[in-house]
Amino acid sequence: MDRSGPIRVLLAKPGLDGHDRGIRLVLRALRDAGMEVIYTGLRATPAHIVKAAIEEDVEAIGLSSLSGAHETHFLEVSRLLKQEGAADVVLFGGGIIPQQDVDQLRSAGFEWIYPPGTTLDKIVSDLTSTLRPGTKRSGGH
Amino acid sequence: MKGEDQPPTRWTQHCWEPFVSDHPERLARFQTSSGTPVDPLYCQDEESPGPGEFPFTRGIHPSMYRGRLWTMRQYAGYSSPQETNQRFRFLLAQGQTGLSVAFDLPTQIGYDSDDPEATGEVGRVGVPINTIDDLDQLLSEIPLESVSISMTINSTAPLLLALLLALAKRRGIAFDQIRGTLQNDILKEYIARGTQRFPVEPSMRLVVDVIEYCSKEVPSFYPISISGYHIREAGSTAIQEVAFTLANGIAYLNACRDRGLDLIQVGRRLSFFFNAHNQLFEEIAKFRAARRMWARICRERFQIEDDRACQLRFHTQTGGSTLQAKEPANNIVRVTIQALAAVLGGTQSLHTNSWDEALSLPSQEAARLALRTQQVLASESGVTDTSDPLGGAPFIEYLTNQIDDGAMAMISDIDERGGMLVSVNDGYIRRAIEQSAYEAQVTRDSGESTPVGVEEDGAIPEAPFRVDASIEQQRKQMLEKYRLQRDDSAVESALLRVEQSATGSDNMIPVLIDAMESGCTLGEVSRRLAAVFGESQDHG
Repeated sequence: MDRSGPIRVLLAKPGLDGHDRGIRLVLRALRDAGMEVIYTGLRATPAHIVKAAIEEDVEAIGLSSLSGAHETHFLEVSRLLKQEGAADVVLFGGGIIPQQDVDQLRSAGFEWIYPPGTTLDKIVSDLTSTLRPGTKRSGGH
Repeated sequence: MKGEDQPPTRWTQHCWEPFVSDHPERLARFQTSSGTPVDPLYCQDEESPGPGEFPFTRGIHPSMYRGRLWTMRQYAGYSSPQETNQRFRFLLAQGQTGLSVAFDLPTQIGYDSDDPEATGEVGRVGVPINTIDDLDQLLSEIPLESVSISMTINSTAPLLLALLLALAKRRGIAFDQIRGTLQNDILKEYIARGTQRFPVEPSMRLVVDVIEYCSKEVPSFYPISISGYHIREAGSTAIQEVAFTLANGIAYLNACRDRGLDLIQVGRRLSFFFNAHNQLFEEIAKFRAARRMWARICRERFQIEDDRACQLRFHTQTGGSTLQAKEPANNIVRVTIQALAAVLGGTQSLHTNSWDEALSLPSQEAARLALRTQQVLASESGVTDTSDPLGGAPFIEYLTNQIDDGAMAMISDIDERGGMLVSVNDGYIRRAIEQSAYEAQVTRDSGESTPVGVEEDGAIPEAPFRVDASIEQQRKQMLEKYRLQRDDSAVESALLRVEQSATGSDNMIPVLIDAMESGCTLGEVSRRLAAVFGESQDHG
């Protein structure tokens, strides 16, 4: 389904990890780029994340984990999305994710896994070019 | 200066000589590779305070590292108590001089390994410790009476203290023999680190319970480590790191004073924890400024006359957020610069990060290299031979003043807003840190401050270390067995006493020790505390 208007994104911290510097930076960059962003705050469960994504009718979900629990939580979010018939929601993630795990996450439906050092611009332009192809970026920095 | 052809200075006579007669220096003489003698201190103005003299800008001890090197204390913990015990014993065998326990997130927030909330997190960023048996295994064959133990634990700090003391009783070790540090700094959790469990007010009561109990019963223990480390990791500037850390320190001293504690006794057992990033001179100046500011705060705000109680003693860890995932061996150089800053800034203990930590928990080889970095600085570089070697350099003194002025202005601003508790609760501090993090990211993304070797298309190596995922299952079985072997009625009545104590106002530590001795788990006790105190919420 093609959509127009602002891109709607849910950002979430699954698990118990408290490192939220990265996700808060992404939150700000996406908002600055004109997107509508909902952030769950710390310690969101996969069930809560998927429920919120459906209720808020988002087109993309971004997950962050720096504690090594990404396998458990990221895969569970992907599984629940499929179960709820919402597999068209674009998934992306970031944090301390070993290279060895990236392929597995990609085949579970994660479009992008962003390592430390990713620029905010890259994340904004990936989302924009995928969800609003052909549109010009507005806002941002 | 004590050069033989010079008359003794005021500092030498009144500060250094009396000190070294009780605390001899490590070597009979200190000299450069060319044989040039090195004095304990160099100064331009004999009247200005030297190391060991209020306000301690140049260091808290008169002879600094000529007397005793800093404690090399590497933070470690993962997987299980047994595996972490192996890593501890390895590090001690390599010459490490203190232990520092990293707990997993469920332990830090108060969940047992078999709690649904702990799924995926067990043993990941640290070791799970839920019972007295867990702690006994973690410290197996490690003598509690001679190795000091630092514990990075905050919302559940009173529970880990209770476990440690319950273990001391089990091993027949008197409480006054126990040495170490409890982080127990809850305020920075809400603003930077994110392991808070309870709301601010009951959490502050627990912080003071720990300080009060230790000042009476565990006198050689440091019951709090007021931490700027995580504030900086969350994105603050160096000046904000000092300002917010000392503002938290003020909040704790206020709480101790309100409890009626003796601030001299409290002040002598306070410790601090700072970050060290790459900008060498700013970091050195930061440590000097923090010492001077804290001494002034203790004397002027709290009227603490005792000099020792005004000393800012601190641990340093090199900056995790400065590590790069691309070309990660370059991190060895970054860590070396940061460690040098900590030593030139007069740290009391130091953790050097491993080069592979932007990829995963450190491998054993990388952990050894990190420790070796400290040992090279200590034994081969000569930076330990005179106190505050950069003191008096115009650039360093200028930066020290700038940090002092800038951070004092921020503290005044927090005072005007009603203090740190208000500013933590209303999100003011978080927003300030976030703004700095954003500005740093924009500068970096624009190419103005790109780290070396991190081109966009560079490859990221595979993670060198993985935690075995089967640990969660093993822990579940272990806890099931533990729960079957204990006296259920003793556990239940101990938990009831925890709840009653939480609703009252008496110091909770004795009841918590009793609960741990009765076989309660960390998760069970935390749940009862949460039932009384409520749960802290992060709304994003």
